Amino acid sequence: MAKRIDVSGLTAYYGSHKAIDDISMTVEPRSVTAFIGPSGCGKSTFLRTLNRMHEVTPGGRVEGKVLLDDEDLYGAGVDPVSVRREVGMVFQRPNPFPTMSIFDNVAAGLRLNGNYRKSELNDIVEKSLRGANLWNEVKDRLNKPGSGLSGGQQQRLCIARAIAVEPDVLLMDEPCSALDPISTLAIEDLIGELKERFTIVIVTHNMQQAARVSDRTAFFNLAAVGQPGKLVEIDDTERIFSNPSVQATEDYISGRFG
Amino acid sequence: MDISTKTHDAPPPPPQPRPAPAEQKRAARGATRPGDRIFLGLTRGSGILLLVIMAAIAVFLSYRASLAISKDNGNFLTTFEWVTAGLEPRFGIAVLAVGTVVSSIIAMAIAVPIAVAIALFLTHYAPRRLRGPIAYVIDLLAAVPSIVYGLWGALILVPHMNGLFGWLDDYLGWTGIFAWDEGAPRAMLTVGILLAIMILPIITNVSREVFRQVPQMHEEAALALGATRWEVVRMAVLPFGRSGVISASMLGLGRALGETMAVATVLSPDFDLHASLLNPGGGTFAQNIAAKFSEADEFGRDALIASGLVLFVITLLVNGAARLIIARRKEYSGANA
Repeated sequence: MAKRIDVSGLTAYYGSHKAIDDISMTVEPRSVTAFIGPSGCGKSTFLRTLNRMHEVTPGGRVEGKVLLDDEDLYGAGVDPVSVRREVGMVFQRPNPFPTMSIFDNVAAGLRLNGNYRKSELNDIVEKSLRGANLWNEVKDRLNKPGSGLSGGQQQRLCIARAIAVEPDVLLMDEPCSALDPISTLAIEDLIGELKERFTIVIVTHNMQQAARVSDRTAFFNLAAVGQPGKLVEIDDTERIFSNPSVQATEDYISGRFG
Repeated sequence: MDISTKTHDAPPPPPQPRPAPAEQKRAARGATRPGDRIFLGLTRGSGILLLVIMAAIAVFLSYRASLAISKDNGNFLTTFEWVTAGLEPRFGIAVLAVGTVVSSIIAMAIAVPIAVAIALFLTHYAPRRLRGPIAYVIDLLAAVPSIVYGLWGALILVPHMNGLFGWLDDYLGWTGIFAWDEGAPRAMLTVGILLAIMILPIITNVSREVFRQVPQMHEEAALALGATRWEVVRMAVLPFGRSGVISASMLGLGRALGETMAVATVLSPDFDLHASLLNPGGGTFAQNIAAKFSEADEFGRDALIASGLVLFVITLLVNGAARLIIARRKEYSGANA
């Protein structure tokens, strides 16, 4: 079930270094929101605060609020483990578990969450692989290791693994940057289908990709190296790419810097 | 030196006679410059030297062993005796083989789980500032000479085993394996415990290195699915480190199989098989050789060398088995990720 994300006054640190400063935004359910901006502007860090992965990094800590519908992810007594079961994530480099088969990779999250009968597991795995447009390519070799697939297939396997547990939100951290154009296209098509069911946030360095897949786009920037990253603006993608309200956004998009 | 011989990208030199086929082949392999040739020679030589040494040991052991075994009046594999002096020598390795294997199994059963737990604690649970000091102490444990372990075992460990042995006898004595006749606890279990302490550091250190090399992205994959710290360990760390832990255990096992002084100091040996691990007696290959070598005549030494050959073979078999285990699930090993 897709949920709305409401971020207010979010600041994240690595030790004493402030990585992102005072970010507020709203992400609508069943939409794709793209984060763009130059390297080091904190868009990946910000993404990782949305499922509390930021604090896994030594020294990582967060101030501010992230509301998932009405539940504060950083509220007292909220278990980061349960947050991550509601907010799934796909990483830059495909990272299927190398020691598991394709089937077990997709079932990994389910097995964490509870006891499923074999038949239920089979159904969910098939549904998730179909959902990731991978079923036809792997249905005959579900027991083979996931690391034997191509890079693009591995990334779709990771998406299948993430959606198998039916998260509310799906975070994608440059999911196509390690892939060739054809695999990238397959993932972009998939994102278009997945937004019917999930709230999707995607970080990308590829502005054409942001323009192709997203409904809304957020532009992040930093004043100088070592300065914290800030949200410059967030608006409908069409508007960001045609007529942004901030000059820096237009400079970045038209290739004048970054 | 002419620059054109140093760079690959240099334009081709003016026409020259075609190089002979052999030269062409060597050029293709890239070993044409003196540094490459010297390095190739060194590495190849080292590899060959290793094989020659192994072969020399095997030949030496086999030759001397065959001299002794051909004059054995008992059965070399099944005789429960070790008499090499006199006209009718009778000796067999049954007791030694069983003792060696049993003491090593006990040591492994105790040391591997503890070592893996320590390694996991150091890599995934301990506060960062404690990791260094704890790892250092474990390294120190590996630096203690084995005779010191033996003395500690004989003077401290043995007297303190009575309580454990009594408890085991009370509750598990009915199995026979843990029956105790209240003799001095210079028995296989004590040896196994001492060996476990001795092999703990090497298994811990190698396992720690392996666990440290689990790629961050696999652990993050598990975390992002909502795995707890233990579930991350179970899903990503242990499977990835499995073959490394097996290798680490084999290193430890190698030491346990061959350990001499510590066993000789602690064990009160005899040449019988004992069902109980708690009653004194039995022996190991290395302990037997150390105990008898100085007083043995030439034939007696050949007999001991024959027992050494068996230990050599057992070690080879164990290593082969470990390699099989590692190879069987190679495509899942994570090495190809």
